[in-house]
Amino acid sequence: MILVKNPVIALAGNPNTGKSTIFNALTGLKQHTGNWPGKTVLKAEGKFNYKGTTYTLIDLPGTYSLLANSLDEQIARDFICFESPDVTIIVADATCLERNLNLVLQVMEITSNAIVCLNLIDEAKRKRLEVNVEGLSQELGIPVIATSARNGEGIPELLEILHDVVNGKIVPQPRQVVYSKYIEDYISKLQPQLDKRLYGRLNSRWVALRIMEGNPKIIEAIQQYLGHSIQLPTLKEVII
Amino acid sequence: MIKSSLPSKPKKILVDSDNSKAIEMRDAIVYNIYNTAEEIASKVVRKTESKDFSRKLDDILTSPLLGFPVMLLLLGVVFWITITGANYPSQVLATVLFWLEEQLSALALKAGAPAWLYGIIVEGMYRTLAWVVSVMLPPMAIFFPLFTLLENLGYLPRVAFNLDNLFKRAGTHGKQALTMSMGFGCNAAGVVACRIIDSPREKLIAILTNNFVPCNGRFPTLILLSSLFMGTITAGSYNSYSAAGMVVLMILIGITVTLIVSWLLSKTLLKGIPSSFTLELPPYRPPKTGEIIVRSLLDRTAFVLTRAIIVAAPTGFITWLCANIQIGDLSIIGHVSGFLDPFARAIGLDGVILMAFILGLPANEIVVPILIMSYLSAGAMLELDSLMAVKELFIEQHGWTALTALNTMLFSLLHFPCGTTLWTIAKETQSKKWAVLAFVIPTTIAIIVCFLVAQGARLLGIG
Repeated sequence: MILVKNPVIALAGNPNTGKSTIFNALTGLKQHTGNWPGKTVLKAEGKFNYKGTTYTLIDLPGTYSLLANSLDEQIARDFICFESPDVTIIVADATCLERNLNLVLQVMEITSNAIVCLNLIDEAKRKRLEVNVEGLSQELGIPVIATSARNGEGIPELLEILHDVVNGKIVPQPRQVVYSKYIEDYISKLQPQLDKRLYGRLNSRWVALRIMEGNPKIIEAIQQYLGHSIQLPTLKEVII
Repeated sequence: MIKSSLPSKPKKILVDSDNSKAIEMRDAIVYNIYNTAEEIASKVVRKTESKDFSRKLDDILTSPLLGFPVMLLLLGVVFWITITGANYPSQVLATVLFWLEEQLSALALKAGAPAWLYGIIVEGMYRTLAWVVSVMLPPMAIFFPLFTLLENLGYLPRVAFNLDNLFKRAGTHGKQALTMSMGFGCNAAGVVACRIIDSPREKLIAILTNNFVPCNGRFPTLILLSSLFMGTITAGSYNSYSAAGMVVLMILIGITVTLIVSWLLSKTLLKGIPSSFTLELPPYRPPKTGEIIVRSLLDRTAFVLTRAIIVAAPTGFITWLCANIQIGDLSIIGHVSGFLDPFARAIGLDGVILMAFILGLPANEIVVPILIMSYLSAGAMLELDSLMAVKELFIEQHGWTALTALNTMLFSLLHFPCGTTLWTIAKETQSKKWAVLAFVIPTTIAIIVCFLVAQGARLLGIG
């Protein structure tokens, strides 16, 4: 059993999925919650104890994606990528799962220690949407817990799974998005180059994809994190 | 319920990079992620209901084929109801208010008030107020509840969604569609709303172009002028339809100019590539009728009317003074409008109209009242007891043609924003430079467009 002393947990998710409600339910804090997107602009921090371990919980700004350049997405992306939280909980809105899965898939590309908290499950039921929680967990390869944070439902289960993931009892095996063939070809060319230079500090598949996109802001952030002694390969270099 | 403006097909998303290969790659990556999400969701989510109402409605209201026609139709209906409905109460109000003016006149005569005092108070301030109320109140009292209804139902974000793609093609942020829609209410509010746009470049474009959609203060002008004049073109019973169509056309022109100017700005002064975003469409809510009426009457109608009245009384005062103080053989208005006249004529207006726009800088609401006041002071006294009398004043006494009306509408649509909006822009951008540009750009465009229309029409022998 791996013992993590003071695990740091990141809370990610789309705007208006009840992230702050989950944050309050876990920490017992009374952070302001509201029914509108974009309430949490900067990250909030709280602590809680579970089974003798003190967890630090970081509430990240709500974002639809981690690939764009707005400030909130940068904050969320930089934290998940570079601060390496022990576990990232992705709060997903059960009433519109498809949209929320975009973020889930993106987070799973960065870190394998991810849990999906399928919130607003009560509202989904009211809308006559039935989500196969077990099936979703199998599809994604990571734990999925259905919650209704407003009523406190699912919170004990979420804590238990969180504990298990932190202690290595459960090892998530996140499914990776399979890209079009030419992209996968580039990835397989870039990845070995990257593995040599990253020493496991970042997920090389994820970095490869970012290099291919050539988004200067993300690349700059990666470069800054790695330090300038490490040279990232460019796409051109690999194609030729 | 969400309609993602991110790609359902590749090639729709753009990033900050000049490398087209990288952009293509990024599109493909996002596309693959979305596909995977869709595939997983379709496996694990089961809907007991086939499709909810909101979704079905959105399929129509935001469909690529029907979205636009439905939008135009809805707007057309709203204006038609406003124009048809406003006629009668307008006449009643005018009759009552001008009957009251007669009583005031009689009272002043009895009391032996000096002519100048009577002039300032009754002919200046009271009459302007009476005009603001009788001309603007009825269309506002009908239009604003209807518009609030559309807003309350959740239709405005759908408008934004329909327009999103066009904005992206203009090289700007899709959210500009949203801030533009806010501008229909009030341009100052629209400018503040531009805060939701992250990129400074795109935010500035949205701020600088917000003015091209008519705000609450300008809708009454557009509605009044199109109901007075556009009817003259078509046959009698279709008057209200063509007038409503005219207002819709003005809005379309406004949106088109917004897009063109945004595009030009993003190619010149504010270069860059649009960022992507996701637009959340709130669920349709059954409208709360009571709330709509209260909100629209209190928040909008009363707000616009109060603002108009506050500005109208002193403006009426000044206008009256200007009309009655003679320098040489002409009144001040005569001098000013005479000075502006050659230029104003070249852009299809006349000196008085242009002067009314300039004096209307504090609030667009008072342009028409100033116009009426100035005309009244210049021409023979006229019993102004109905909207038809305004028409007569404009056409018979001051030679308006349909072209004059069209150019006045175009100028109203495209000219400089009101003082409040300019001040808000200076505050939001923290720079006087952008506020000056926000004045110069629309004004230049208004002048160019009106000039082209006027000269073009004259060349063709119309108007």
